[in-house]
Amino acid sequence: MDFDPILFSRIQFAFTVSFHIIFPSLTIGLASWLAVVEGLWLKTGNQAYKDIYTLWVKIFAITFGMGVVSGVVMSYQFGTNWSAFSDRTGNVIGPLLAFEVLTAFFLEASFLGIMIFGWERVTAKMHFLSTITVAFGTVVSTFWIMAANSWMQTPSGYEISPEGIFHPLNWIDIIFNPSFPFRLLHMITGAYLATAFFVGGIGAFYLLKKRHLNQARIMFGMAMLMAIFVAPFQIFLGDLHGLNTFHHQPAKVAAIEGLWETEKGASLILFGWPDDTTEETKYALKIPKLTSLILTHNLNGEVKGLKEWQPDARPPVMLPFWSFRVMVGLGCLMALTGLMALWLYLRGRLFTPRWFQIWCVGMTPSGFIAVLSGWFVAEVGRQPYIVYGLMKTLEAVSPVLGQHVFISLLAFILVYSFIFGAGIYYIIKLIQKGPGPSRKEEIYGSHGLPTPPSVIAIERESHV
Amino acid sequence: MFDFSPFLDLPLLWGGIIAVGIFLYVLLDGFDLGVGILFPFAPTDSCRTRMMSSIAPFWDGNETWLVLGGGGLFAAFPLAYAILLPAFYIPLILMLLGLIFRGVAFEFRFKSKGYMVKVWDYAFHFGSLTAAFCQGLVLGAFVEGVKVNGRSFGGGSFDWLSSFSVMTGIALIFGYALLGATWTIMKTENQTQNWARKVAFYVSLYVALFMVLVSLWVPFLNETIFWRWFKMPNLLYLSPIPLLTAGAFLSLYISLKLKKEVAPFLLSISLFVLGYIGLAISLWPWIIPYQVSLWDAAADRKSLSLMLVGVSIFLPFVLAYTAYCYYIFRGKSNSEIMY
Repeated sequence: MDFDPILFSRIQFAFTVSFHIIFPSLTIGLASWLAVVEGLWLKTGNQAYKDIYTLWVKIFAITFGMGVVSGVVMSYQFGTNWSAFSDRTGNVIGPLLAFEVLTAFFLEASFLGIMIFGWERVTAKMHFLSTITVAFGTVVSTFWIMAANSWMQTPSGYEISPEGIFHPLNWIDIIFNPSFPFRLLHMITGAYLATAFFVGGIGAFYLLKKRHLNQARIMFGMAMLMAIFVAPFQIFLGDLHGLNTFHHQPAKVAAIEGLWETEKGASLILFGWPDDTTEETKYALKIPKLTSLILTHNLNGEVKGLKEWQPDARPPVMLPFWSFRVMVGLGCLMALTGLMALWLYLRGRLFTPRWFQIWCVGMTPSGFIAVLSGWFVAEVGRQPYIVYGLMKTLEAVSPVLGQHVFISLLAFILVYSFIFGAGIYYIIKLIQKGPGPSRKEEIYGSHGLPTPPSVIAIERESHV
Repeated sequence: MFDFSPFLDLPLLWGGIIAVGIFLYVLLDGFDLGVGILFPFAPTDSCRTRMMSSIAPFWDGNETWLVLGGGGLFAAFPLAYAILLPAFYIPLILMLLGLIFRGVAFEFRFKSKGYMVKVWDYAFHFGSLTAAFCQGLVLGAFVEGVKVNGRSFGGGSFDWLSSFSVMTGIALIFGYALLGATWTIMKTENQTQNWARKVAFYVSLYVALFMVLVSLWVPFLNETIFWRWFKMPNLLYLSPIPLLTAGAFLSLYISLKLKKEVAPFLLSISLFVLGYIGLAISLWPWIIPYQVSLWDAAADRKSLSLMLVGVSIFLPFVLAYTAYCYYIFRGKSNSEIMY
């Protein structure tokens, strides 16, 4: 077997970054939501908010921990597997990542300690401030990493030396490159929505089981609020992002649309089977003129097909084509959930119908799948380039042996599966236990006896 | 765009910043990796819980210094980053895997019951042990130097493996164990503290042994290093370093005998400071020993200028709120499960 270091480095990066992005998506959303919940608790004094916070901060801690350890891997992989890329783009990308560490990672990691362990050591206000700080840190972190990724997609503000090294010309142009604002907003909104559907699904689960009803209504209600207002907004943002991509990366859009020939008045292919060898999309179910209308706002606008590019300058078609449909499909289901919630709310029955609760339980992972598919579209669709139009992925790899990358890939798959399994198991356990005051189940002293009820009573009093 | 290179020696400044960043990582993650290394040898389960609770609020922040070290090297010396990381591919990947196990063990151990607690205990221990050993390996291999071909690594995939690098790997395990033991003395009481005191004493003997071994070995790796240390008058100028180290060891033993609580930890830190200074003197001015200097590997001066602004503004804040967190969680750790 031929161990190609490029192929295995690509699979390894795809695997580790896909695994990683799930956790930040949840922590970005949870941190902001927890800040709102804690604020509501401080304002209203309603114990249900505190219960929700105590449950979700534990889930937050697990996700954050997994995000940190899988993130450290990412920061080293640029060097271990993509050293030629690091050498050539370090002047431009490096500072963006360094700013992420300086302005966000330390902030998050330090105040997370207070969020989880600080209840009895700081005032309620300071605790609230810590939660807000962590939430702020997650957004700042997103800002920098999206700037770096967007620069790789739509590079600007640079010059290239004769040896092929990128040098910065203008930092504002580098950070606020053409695709950055769209990508940033689309990602943050995506993370918020993914979290909302995750929290909402678990709220629906409690409603369905008739457990923790007070807290469940709050969780479910807040999630549905997001579905009603933010899901349609995300579709609008996605459309803007798509137009931006059409302008800067037409080959990616051609792959998304499964469009091979350049056409005026191009039709929208709902479904089909893109075939690389015959260069056509088979069994296409088409809506006439719609692609031209969406992308050019003109029924007869011209949309470039994949054949405009040499085969070695085209992205793979299958993955962007299908990932895009999964993402858009889930986005529509989310907006539909919002509509159903609005309709039920107006009839005063938001918390009653079982079918809607079952539906929302089913939607629990939808946001994460949408985030992952969106990233597949963005990253596979820009191939064969690592820096769009300027540096090919082929040129970026480290001088390491394919065998070693293969072994490290296997190790990552094994370790991540184990860790991910354990993480999900502990999150499910926490969810099963639910929000609300936990009973003392620890053994009394070190004698292996259950705690006598009188002691529990005394301890309860001393806590009040 | 602004460029400070006419007024400042940016590569030198950045070499200093990265060196301090890596050193802070070694100290901060050093004591919590050390706690992990000593973990299974603690006398009881409640000792272990105390030990883990004592570092649980800090480990995230401590590990962030590793990201700053890696990210900072990438940003400030991209050429060094691009050459060194592929050179140490296997030990770095093993280190990352070790760090994953020990990192998640914090969250998972506190949420487990029965035999699963043991599973995470060992994940924590072996993860810490692997990470420490691999860091020592990388350090040793770095001091020995790597083969460079143009702008990339030109050696073989097992170049990092040598008797010297294995020795430094083991040495760093003991070094971290000393930091972990003296941290435990500071943060616990009674049984756990007594045990940690005993451990610190024995571990420090090994640390002394390894420091002597490294000090004698390094000058023979490279002739320049040899003459840097043993030429007159350098020998005189540099003699305070070994003398201070000997003094620090002596004070450490006395402070352990007198049952001091904070002094042993501070003295262990001073040992690391001295060792690090000795290493820096040996390796100056290389960022890839004997091949690429700080100035050759440095990033574009405009990149270094921008980051200097960032560091000057944000690093003081980082240090301040890191200190604040240590202040919030001051005092002895208890065995109550905090999660």
